[in-house]
Amino acid sequence: MTFVLTEEQGMLKDAARDFVSEQLSLTHFRAQRNAGANGKDPESWAAMAEMGWYGVLIPESYGGSEFGYVGLGQVLEAQGRTLAASPLLQTALVGVSALVLGGSDAQKETVLPKIAEGKLTTALAVDEHAHHAPTQIAMTAVADGGGFKLSGKKTFVSNGHFADLFIVAARTSGKPGDTSGITLFMVPRDTDGLKVTELNTLDYHGAANLEFDGVVVPAADVLGSVDAGWDILDPVMDRARIGLAAEMLGLCEAAFEMTHEYLQTRKQFGQLIGSFQSLQHRAAIMFSEMELTRSCVAAALDALDAGRDDVAEMASLAKAKASSLAHLMTNETIQIHGGIGMTDEHDAGFFIKRARVLESLFGGEGFHRERYATLIGF
Amino acid sequence: MADGMDPTLDQFRAETREWLEENCPPSMRTPQTEDEVVWGGRGEKFKNPESKLWLERMASKGWTAPTWPKAYGGGGLSKEENQILQQELKRIKARVALNSFGLWMLGPVLLEYANEEQKQKFLPDIVQGKIRWCQGYSEPGAGSDLAGLQTKCEDKGDHWLVNGQKVWTSYADQADWIFCLVRTDTSTKHEGISFLLFDMQSEGVEARPIKLISGSSPFCETFFNDVKVPKDQLVGRLNGGWEIAKRLLQYERSNISASGFGGERTGIPPIYEIAKKYVGTDAEGHLLDNDLRMRLSDLVMSEKAFKLTVARMAEQSKAGEEVGHTASIIKYAAAKFNQYKTEMTVETLGYQGLGWEGEGFSEMELHAPKAMLRAKANSIEGGTSEVNLNVIAKRVLGLKEHKG
Repeated sequence: MTFVLTEEQGMLKDAARDFVSEQLSLTHFRAQRNAGANGKDPESWAAMAEMGWYGVLIPESYGGSEFGYVGLGQVLEAQGRTLAASPLLQTALVGVSALVLGGSDAQKETVLPKIAEGKLTTALAVDEHAHHAPTQIAMTAVADGGGFKLSGKKTFVSNGHFADLFIVAARTSGKPGDTSGITLFMVPRDTDGLKVTELNTLDYHGAANLEFDGVVVPAADVLGSVDAGWDILDPVMDRARIGLAAEMLGLCEAAFEMTHEYLQTRKQFGQLIGSFQSLQHRAAIMFSEMELTRSCVAAALDALDAGRDDVAEMASLAKAKASSLAHLMTNETIQIHGGIGMTDEHDAGFFIKRARVLESLFGGEGFHRERYATLIGF
Repeated sequence: MADGMDPTLDQFRAETREWLEENCPPSMRTPQTEDEVVWGGRGEKFKNPESKLWLERMASKGWTAPTWPKAYGGGGLSKEENQILQQELKRIKARVALNSFGLWMLGPVLLEYANEEQKQKFLPDIVQGKIRWCQGYSEPGAGSDLAGLQTKCEDKGDHWLVNGQKVWTSYADQADWIFCLVRTDTSTKHEGISFLLFDMQSEGVEARPIKLISGSSPFCETFFNDVKVPKDQLVGRLNGGWEIAKRLLQYERSNISASGFGGERTGIPPIYEIAKKYVGTDAEGHLLDNDLRMRLSDLVMSEKAFKLTVARMAEQSKAGEEVGHTASIIKYAAAKFNQYKTEMTVETLGYQGLGWEGEGFSEMELHAPKAMLRAKANSIEGGTSEVNLNVIAKRVLGLKEHKG
């Protein structure tokens, strides 16, 4: 297990934090929100492409730096600190992983260089109901001529309101609940029969519902093998979970720093409120819980880079712990700020809103407790 | 240095392995049972005769204190050699030859603060397990506020005269000697404390075991009534004991972290395996009680998070990163986790976790409620959780003291 960053990883972390605090500050986020951007910020994304962040996981032969998951985790953690809306998680982590794990050479050649340059974004479409339940996929993909015909719907697809290319999990055989019989398809946004409904979400990041009405997908756009999509989908979702955990860790750090600052400036009864023992203890508990979660996130990212066989357990551990921490941290942030924390003018509300979305994406604490128990064997 | 890169270390490993193969008795390679733990000292009974043999052999190499200088009976091993020794011991699942406050706490501070004569006198007996030590720190009026201790130590010319009372003295009724914090100056607080060693058989010493809610009596109230102590048994400077006391606490805490937390027993299956037996499973092997299953999952995850954090701190410390602030975090988290775990064990066992003694319950079942009760002390001993949270708030987070 490696918990100490290499020099290069440390440099990437510093660069990401500098970039985020300069160009993707909370002030910027608020301005975007006020302008009704709904999470679409192409100018910032172009700057991120300049930084090379879309290519962190892409092999050098396809235009990336192949720098690894720990490295990308540093960037995601940094962007979590200012709640920045970007395609990094869905594209640089999820989309790239799906192609690297399951894509043919031709598919990689077509897609990866464009991602590296920041010219193509992706979104993984899995869930179909109100909760994350990836085995319950019911959407059908029926063999049709040389390809497949997709029918059904996908809900709350993160980044789906702007992504250029959808990676869609549909059922080529079996029934909801089965892991076999799922196949992954690459479906461009402008494909006939695909209807995208943009959603305005709690966190101002946006998302989309997708409806597929007999959408024709050529066989060449199947990612991985027919009926065996789960073998790619499951590890790809684990990468998403670990990435989300890193992003939530960043969110928690920033929420904690904001609260810590307030404890040291706000006075009541002629004293700094941070001198009250009841608040000191709560701050100490928040900080201690954050240290515990930090270890889980670091270990999960390391497990990915090291190719260890416990990635699934580590992903559920990191996602469950980070979700639980984000919940605690954002609730306490509002409570400790008191009335000002309830106002739209203050940033505390942005944190709790973003946290609730991140907590639920790719499974909340309950989902991952259940999954962890199953993985461990009870 | 990485293994295999230094021929001297490779040779050391080979020799160590061979020596252990010849000298570690068969029963010393089986899981440790509670009644066969060796604490040494004048009263050590060695329930298993091979424990005695094992201790003698290990002590003859100085390997009960592998890194102490040979001049004081230690093994004189380098850090790398000690690492190899520990790996080889672990490989054959060897039992710890000697558990000892002398090894864990007193020895390291004697090496640092004692004079040559004292080192010669006390260290070899610690290595060989001949003298069992206890720790005279807490007093009825000095718990979390340890430096408020009042046990009086007067200079009577040719001896010290000690009067006072200690409490929570671990195994004082079984110890031979005590390392004791005493007040040698009443006009100041921290600068009026000295570090004194004396024989528990001295006239005027009485240790009364305290019976705890768990039914065991690991602690004593210890009384000192006109105890005469030879002048050469004060360690370090007169009134310079607080520094030694704090250093010793560091060794105590690092030992607690290194050895896991109270009640960790070998040979006990993971809690979810116990749960399968006591709660039952469905066709998929999932626990029938889904609420318990979810909470046990959280417990197992919390254990993992705790262990990863201990490992992270150790690695960052090794890499030279500042982690001094983390001891209180680890201590706080360890107490919380151990209480969580022992409570969940009792709950998992159902009625079988509610026995006290006698028939109808297995040894493991009887242990569970006692471990749960014992764990309540985790958030009290060695700094309460509240004190730890104060420390985190003030020293780590820099929050100010409340005025008035």
